[in-house]
Amino acid sequence: MIAELGLAALWLAAGLCVLQFVSGAIGVGGGADSAVGALARPAAIVQSLLLVISFACLLRVFAVTDFSVALVAANSNPDKPLIYRISGAWGNHEGSMLLWVTILGLCSALVALFEKRMDDRFMKAALAAQGFVALGFFGFLLLSSNPFARLDPPAEIGAGLNPLLQDIGLAMHPPTLYLGYVGLSVAFSFVVAALITRQAGPELARVMRPWVLAAWVALTLGIAAGSYWAYYELGWGGWWFWDPVENASLMPWLAATALLHSVSVLAARDALRTWTILLGVVAFSMSMVGTFLVRSGILTSVHAFAVDPERGAFILVLLTIYIGGAFALFALRAGSLAEGKRFAMVSREGALVVNNVMLSAILAVVLLGTLYPLLAEAFGTRVSIGPPYYNPVTAIFAVPMFLVLLIGPLLRWKRDSLSRVAVPLAIVCAILAGSVSVLVLFTGAGVLATIGLALAAALALASWLPLRGRQLRRVPLALWGSMLAHFGLAVSLCGMASESAFSVERLVAVRTGDQVEIGPFLARLESVEPVAGPNWTALEGKIAVTGNGVDTLLRPQARYFTQPFQGTSEAALLTLWNGQLYGILGEAAGDGRWQLRLWWKPFVTLIWYGGILIALGGVLSIFGHLRSSVRRRKIREEFARRRAERDAA
Amino acid sequence: MKRLWLILPFALLVLFLGLATYQLTQPKDEFVRSTMIGKPLPAFDLPGATDEAPRVASGMFADGKPRLLNVWATWCVPCIAEAPQLMELADRGVPIVGVAIRDEPEAIAKFLETYGDPYEAVARDDIAELQLAVGSSGVPETFVIDGKGVIRYQHIGDIRESDVDALYAEWEQAQ
Repeated sequence: MIAELGLAALWLAAGLCVLQFVSGAIGVGGGADSAVGALARPAAIVQSLLLVISFACLLRVFAVTDFSVALVAANSNPDKPLIYRISGAWGNHEGSMLLWVTILGLCSALVALFEKRMDDRFMKAALAAQGFVALGFFGFLLLSSNPFARLDPPAEIGAGLNPLLQDIGLAMHPPTLYLGYVGLSVAFSFVVAALITRQAGPELARVMRPWVLAAWVALTLGIAAGSYWAYYELGWGGWWFWDPVENASLMPWLAATALLHSVSVLAARDALRTWTILLGVVAFSMSMVGTFLVRSGILTSVHAFAVDPERGAFILVLLTIYIGGAFALFALRAGSLAEGKRFAMVSREGALVVNNVMLSAILAVVLLGTLYPLLAEAFGTRVSIGPPYYNPVTAIFAVPMFLVLLIGPLLRWKRDSLSRVAVPLAIVCAILAGSVSVLVLFTGAGVLATIGLALAAALALASWLPLRGRQLRRVPLALWGSMLAHFGLAVSLCGMASESAFSVERLVAVRTGDQVEIGPFLARLESVEPVAGPNWTALEGKIAVTGNGVDTLLRPQARYFTQPFQGTSEAALLTLWNGQLYGILGEAAGDGRWQLRLWWKPFVTLIWYGGILIALGGVLSIFGHLRSSVRRRKIREEFARRRAERDAA
Repeated sequence: MKRLWLILPFALLVLFLGLATYQLTQPKDEFVRSTMIGKPLPAFDLPGATDEAPRVASGMFADGKPRLLNVWATWCVPCIAEAPQLMELADRGVPIVGVAIRDEPEAIAKFLETYGDPYEAVARDDIAELQLAVGSSGVPETFVIDGKGVIRYQHIGDIRESDVDALYAEWEQAQ
């Protein structure tokens, strides 16, 4: 019954989505006052309620493990803890598509309810575009991936959730990334509406900004969580592999980062109009390209899941329609948009243009690296592209970008001179030169790591320089946000560079009682014993770690899940303020010896702490901008009221 | 000029769509082929099966006789499955050099005792250096090396009964 209710709600929501699109389209066509033309907003709002009901139904059938629903039987199992039974609802293709459509619906409703800054025609166009995007995914769900399909007769036992995915971090990872993708789809709808109605001024930027920021915050958190998951769950000790699936989430993030900076130029100075619109389309297209690459299985990835060429084809068709349509519209309309304002090379806009060009170049590098194996394969050669390509080539563009970032936020809009910022410039250069020489003299860090650490040190200070000469209490919230995000970037960069420069790795085969040296610690394998969990059994190694003021036990496990049968290795992590000790229990060598993999990774946790700071900065910015737009509206209303009073008098 | 720039994103998208469509319609080949085929065997010098056994080096492949280079391990189940086929090849006069990946002398001795010893020599590759150098991505894999030490052919996965003749023919061709 619950499943049927969910399906019925889904169909009704799809019907309202058609109405939202048609009504919006009629509204744009000039029939805004007709009965149908006025229905776009209510349709979007009711649709979101129906989607929430439908998704709640899916959660319910997963929570009670209703094996008469095919999706539950294929992906769940009553022995799992409740939280993983629930997260199993979106740990699969059909459920994750429903989650995506639900989030999209909720965002449409938010736009329909609260967005009052743009004129009616623009809003109709945006809601129509949003409905059109959602329609494709409704079609996908209802025609080829019905999450509520029944199984007759019901299954006796379920297949379980891939044990690698039974993890709290990963339970939150897809919803976070989807928030990001959907946020970009809202920005995309606004951009399409801007092209249709030829309104590409600062107002567009202000309307887009909270969505772009929210999407960007979600993507940042999603990428950080995904990277941490790969780090401790896959047991390879690495935190980024330039794997196609990782690139698929990085590319929208890069585009969104560029977009949020160009949006701020458009909002503040009415410049970069065409470019911002182009980026809006590119950002959403990257999230679709990413989804396509991940789901179609045309690229070989360590994280391949829910792979199906047929679904790939479906996403490709949607991509063709949406992105092809938007780029075609861009080619036709962008030429006729009024040009934005001009600015000098040395100015805030100039610095932000450098940021945008470099981010776009990095995006192109990652896109090319991800697609190149496909291209080469079409010509009969097989290649695998990894860190030797990505690290130096992205650095070529990232380093100048960081250099400009050191001073960019200090520059004035429109026109400025370097002599005005000579003092901070000198301080920043001194930190750079100082840390490079210290690193070169006292450590054996490689070129990239040295540059990274020096830039991180300089940026950690430079990110707070915009406070110079300001009264602390009068600093706008959005500025705090951007400073915090830039500081987070420095923290993250420091973690990355330190991890790559100073990590120590040991791969040893030891008997119990044997002792190995790892970094500043001594590790002794005390014992290897079997342990049992709710739906797994494991061999657990006890490794005594001493030295450097530490005396503790690491307990890495080689886990064997029963449903489905699969082995995973659970890393044991010892987190200290200055780094992490990472231990993996490998296979038995057969003669009483065990393989142990140990890493000492100084300051590696900064990578993710930095990510969290970046996201927090984004959140502060959202609140700052929302608050100032509310203020702006109040002032406008106050003016209107006074004028009305004066006119009356 | 300006117009051209505006069409560029669309054109790039069309390129991507073409590529993606082409790849979607291609049958998927899951094997990782070595890029070392046709190239000389990389130089190596590894310990023998036991600590007393003579070392195994790339020099032995340059004596004019073609050989099979079998990448295997005692901990690999398909390697047990292919053992009889390797014995058959050895009985037909094919010299086979084994490379045991991440293995132990005792385990190797026990494996050869249980499943037969088709090998002219067995090298221990504790860090998979030779395996990576010849472009093998898993165990078992078998390479045909000609008398000049050039890699001629790669067989991925266990050697089934039906593969024996083909592999023998490849070896004969390398004479």
